[in-house]
Amino acid sequence: MRMEPRENVSVAVRALAPLIAVAAAMAVCSVLLLWGGASPLEGWALMLKGALGSRFAITETLTRATPLIFTGLAAAVAFRAKLWNIGGEGQFYMGAVLATWLGTGALSLPPYLMIPFLFLAGAAGGGLLLLAPTLLKTRLQVDEVVTTLLLNFVVLLFVNWLVFGPWKDPMAMGWPQAAPVVDSAVLPQLFAKSRLHLGFVFAVLFAAATWWFMRSTVWGFEIRAVGASPKASRFAGMPVNAVTVRTALLSGGLAAMAGVSELCGVKGYLTLDLSPGFGYSGIVVAMLAALHPLGVIASAVFVAVVYIGADSMSRAINISNYIADVTTAVCLLAVLFSMFLTKYRIRWR
Amino acid sequence: MEILNFILEAGFWVATVRMATPLIFGTLGELLCERAGVLNLGIEGIMAAGSMAGWTWVYFGGDLWTGVCFAAFVGALFGLLHALFTVHLGLSQHVTGLGITMLAAALSSYVFRMLLPKATTPPKIVPFKAFAIPVLSDIPYVGNVLFNQSALTYLAFAAVIVVAFVLFRTPVGLAIRMTGENPMAVEAQGLSVFAIRTWTVMAGSALMAVGGAFLTMSAFDAFYIGMVNGRGWICIALVVFASWKPGKALLGCMLFAAFDAVQMRVQQQSGMTVPYQFYLMMPYIFSIIALIVMSRRAAYPRALLVPFRKGER
Repeated sequence: MRMEPRENVSVAVRALAPLIAVAAAMAVCSVLLLWGGASPLEGWALMLKGALGSRFAITETLTRATPLIFTGLAAAVAFRAKLWNIGGEGQFYMGAVLATWLGTGALSLPPYLMIPFLFLAGAAGGGLLLLAPTLLKTRLQVDEVVTTLLLNFVVLLFVNWLVFGPWKDPMAMGWPQAAPVVDSAVLPQLFAKSRLHLGFVFAVLFAAATWWFMRSTVWGFEIRAVGASPKASRFAGMPVNAVTVRTALLSGGLAAMAGVSELCGVKGYLTLDLSPGFGYSGIVVAMLAALHPLGVIASAVFVAVVYIGADSMSRAINISNYIADVTTAVCLLAVLFSMFLTKYRIRWR
Repeated sequence: MEILNFILEAGFWVATVRMATPLIFGTLGELLCERAGVLNLGIEGIMAAGSMAGWTWVYFGGDLWTGVCFAAFVGALFGLLHALFTVHLGLSQHVTGLGITMLAAALSSYVFRMLLPKATTPPKIVPFKAFAIPVLSDIPYVGNVLFNQSALTYLAFAAVIVVAFVLFRTPVGLAIRMTGENPMAVEAQGLSVFAIRTWTVMAGSALMAVGGAFLTMSAFDAFYIGMVNGRGWICIALVVFASWKPGKALLGCMLFAAFDAVQMRVQQQSGMTVPYQFYLMMPYIFSIIALIVMSRRAAYPRALLVPFRKGER
């Protein structure tokens, strides 16, 4: 087996590759449906119907996609600079914690000030949480993959303490949850009778802003350059460590905004199941999008379709809803493989 | 003072050795992979797959030891997948590893639910029992701690010796270590970097899976979703702590497990002065501190994370 680099790969091929990969992943996962005694075609059709088959289903899917856009952007920005931020889950909860702290009565502002303020405060919290592992990376060469991962557990235990201890809402009938955010902090719904909220608009705007930032600003260029080659960037006189730190603040901030958006838009109060792993799914979203900020919107919607759809499919044909996790994992690996194939050609001899 | 008395009790050390066992397997497995230049972030998922595979094997009538072999085989398969992506295709070891973790963990949960759809409380198997080694277990204190454990614990200690011997005393070990340091030189010797890395990652992943199997087949007697609970990630930190040496890895795992046992005990005794969540944070914070302390001396295998392509520099 020999690899030859491909030259002049067209944009169309590069855009199509992830789609083909996703189709291949679905084909592989069909085996699991067959094992469960279901027909794969019927299964995937049920999944699409469950995620996109009605107005309600579509709004539910977009609601689920909202935090995924934020965490996907967080991973995309960091991975572009080869900063392996696996701590999206912890940063998510950090954002939610700060929004709870400030949004449950600590200050009263009109909604048009309160909501932006909570997003900013949450983002600051998430950015600072990622700052520590990043400084350890730039100063002491401590691998950030492990430190960011371990911090997820620490933050989750901290939230556990908050909702069982000092922040436990006495009005919640003994459930471990914090007090709800005040009315002015609640993100308004976009349509009547749906859970889709203003956070979705924010997420899309942030994706567009991130795209513009990465493409058209000096800081964005530096992030991409440092990711492409730290050595060359240092030789060109770029402050590599400062760029990495900036990337961390941006990435951690974006992941934390997912937490603020879920808290103020969907749940209304802090619980331990606010995130079913949005921080980790964000990595899949970013990879499916080939780290492109606008692609993140599409891939977040796709991952949301898989989760929302798999839930209703698993109920309809009576198989485990872990099929959603398996499918997204296989999609991730298939997309990695397809990205390889757009860069190289395999020759057998 | 109470803590000091507690640490001197034999029961504390028996528990420590038991808690160290899955970490020893996981850390050795990760250490092998990294010595060959491949970071294996699939460890968390591979341990989950091992714990599920071994348990299921026994639950459906298999015998305990073939169950361990089956778990190792499943682990090796995931290792092969990791090697195909990172070694042969040269894709990002970080992202592939996370993908393997997600896939292995999700598949374990899916397969478990599909095999036992009606199980509300996790069903149980008859796990490995403590096996007292004749004569040695009669030594006061030490005998009870070291020679009255389950068979998989003895296997973990044996694995440390075997891995250390193979890595530092055999040509195969030399080849593995060279592959992690300077793949070009290995290729110049007429050996295949691809083959060495693939086999090493498979062997390392098999060890991780046995560590997972210990959880269901020795420590507990049932499989719970999410039962690995971050142990895999801690093994990765322990490899750095051990500076990629099997003996130090054993020491690190024992220290870590002892620390964990102490925090459990303190948690039980101190009443409500410090909330239990802060004690549960300690292992993770301890791992981060260990990484910081060891980072100055960390001598990473130089080719770690660097994909090798024939004829490319």
